[in-house]
Amino acid sequence: MDIPRETLLLIYERMLKIRHFEDRVKDLFAAGELPGFVHLYLGEEAVAVGVCAAMKDSDYITSTHRGHGHIIAKGGDMGCMMAELYGKATGYNKGKGGSMHIAYPELGILGANGIVSAGIPIATGAGMSAMLRKSGQVVACFFGDGASNEGTFHESLNIAGAFNLPVVYVCENNLYAVGTRQSQVRKIEDIADRAVSYGMPGVVVDGNDAVAVYEAAFEAVDRARSGEGPTLIECKTYRWRTHFEGEPDTYRPPEELAAWIKREPIAPYRKLLIEQGVMSEAEAQAIEKKVVAELDAGVEYARSSPLPTPESAMADLWA
Amino acid sequence: MRQLFYNQAIAEALAEEMRRDQNVILWGIDIGPYGGANACTKGLYEQFGPSRVIDMPVSELGYVGMGVGAAATGIRPVIELQFSDWITLASEMIINQAAKMRYMFGGVLQMPLVIRAPVGGYLSAGAQHSNSFESMFSFVPGIKVIMPSTPYEAKGLLKSAIRDNNTVLFFEHKKLYAMKGEVPEEEYTLPIGKADIKRPGSDVTIVTYAYMVGKSLAAAETLARQGVDCEVLDLRTIDPMDREAVLASVKKTGHLVVAQETWRDCSVSSEVAALVAEEAVDYLDGPVVRVTAKDVPIPFSPVLEEYVLPKEADIVAAVNKVLNRVSV
Ligand SMILES: Cc1ncc(C[n+]2csc(CCOP(=O)(O)OP(=O)(O)O)c2C)c(N)n1
Ligand SMILES: [Mg+2]
Repeated sequence: MDIPRETLLLIYERMLKIRHFEDRVKDLFAAGELPGFVHLYLGEEAVAVGVCAAMKDSDYITSTHRGHGHIIAKGGDMGCMMAELYGKATGYNKGKGGSMHIAYPELGILGANGIVSAGIPIATGAGMSAMLRKSGQVVACFFGDGASNEGTFHESLNIAGAFNLPVVYVCENNLYAVGTRQSQVRKIEDIADRAVSYGMPGVVVDGNDAVAVYEAAFEAVDRARSGEGPTLIECKTYRWRTHFEGEPDTYRPPEELAAWIKREPIAPYRKLLIEQGVMSEAEAQAIEKKVVAELDAGVEYARSSPLPTPESAMADLWA
Repeated sequence: MRQLFYNQAIAEALAEEMRRDQNVILWGIDIGPYGGANACTKGLYEQFGPSRVIDMPVSELGYVGMGVGAAATGIRPVIELQFSDWITLASEMIINQAAKMRYMFGGVLQMPLVIRAPVGGYLSAGAQHSNSFESMFSFVPGIKVIMPSTPYEAKGLLKSAIRDNNTVLFFEHKKLYAMKGEVPEEEYTLPIGKADIKRPGSDVTIVTYAYMVGKSLAAAETLARQGVDCEVLDLRTIDPMDREAVLASVKKTGHLVVAQETWRDCSVSSEVAALVAEEAVDYLDGPVVRVTAKDVPIPFSPVLEEYVLPKEADIVAAVNKVLNRVSV
């Protein structure tokens, strides 16, 4: 597949953004700067970026509790995100949302979600809306392997299949839901097999291979946009950190984690782009420098931003 | 006396009841080798094995609904929801099935089902991880609702809940898991439906429960230093409510404050206020004042959350208001 150079570079830059952002969040959280709790996307960067690179700004996504990666992949600003994580007035959602609840409709981001699987019917509804409005928009719905065991998944995919809705269901299969290995509570190996029941293609891809994810997403987005209906893409991946920051890692074999870290998505992709002459070593370094500078500025913005006024808690409930 | 953490007291109650009755079976997510998100099932998988402590997929409607079927057929399921916030996904099975089956079928079957779930805010956990839904479920006939405020009560009431032949929602407060308190070594149970006077007093009754008990006691201490003697009544069971205890206290003090963590409208505090209005209005020497969360979802940012959730100072202010007293 011929992928445009700017797309290839965008994929690199956004994966790096997620990597650096999440690394920084990890440190800031450990330092006690961030309230609440955070779920990091480290190790899964290629999934969100591969999918969103195949979409337009005007397309929609729904996200999860592990949402930072999706938001950056869809073009979210690291400063506004960081400010939200700090609970500041200048955050994407004025400090009301926090890490688990970032939404930015201008970029089609319909919200991260604290309720596992809740994004699935919401994405399906956005797909129905796009179809009814004949807007030509497509929806990508991110969710985990755990979420695929909820009723919402099965109900939504059945409806999307029946109505040919323009939705791409992206299952991030990282093998675990919190501390439970999913093979203990699910009989089948590939979640993509479930697509058969709902009359849509089910595709398994290596979620640590950004190009593979992009190609699968490109085809699914194309299918959705041309009215042929939904696709279920299962991305096999792994989270490097525990379920949330601060949780002890008692349930994963260390060899398993080590093997997945070895198969990390960014370094091989960087090598590939250099080998293929898409970017030079110097360009790669310049992109990374830019990303880090942008993140530094974002953290500074978040730190120096004002807190919301207490009374602002009462605003925004009603239209 | 021996001290236990609230979550240890819960684990101990579960273990004792499992030893006592083979049919007591636990299921939920991450309750097996992981020991539960709040360590309430720590060690139980090792002790009782995978057929008594069962890990489930993330399928609330499914595994809570299974509790209904299992309870109707001789098992006494004790189900853990990782947070009570998504009891919403399972609510069909609780509200339309578990709560109604015995009655609707003319009493021909039993529903010995316990659902344990953590509630509450003050953790910057955001709008979908800070809820307390006890009022919603207390509204429905056929469900008992328990909210213990100490390790001692958590253990004694959970044991009674497991032995009860009805559907019981057992809401544990997240902030209380790390609370330490006296728990006797010898076996005991506490009766469902009985309130407890946590602090006797003569001037004002503060009716409260769960995490707000601690805040009410702290407010009572502050007020005691100003010469106001508060009685703090811990409901312990929200439904069935210990109406006699509420009325007796109000008849004694003539003043009522109700302090709860969650939203005000159509809530437990509404019920307490209505009860007193119906049964003891002649004994009141001032208005009833409720201390509750403000009527918005619980926001993430600590400054916002602090503004929305009730504080000790709000209880002090409420007492001053019912006594028509200028705040000091
Ligand atoms: C409805 C619901 N059930 C349970 C939870 C608690 N919980 C939060 S994240 C999570 C695991 C989800 O696993 P998965 O969907 O695989 O996503 P991952 O965390 O692996 O990215 C669980 C059980 C929740 N937030 N919402
Ligand atoms: Mg998972």
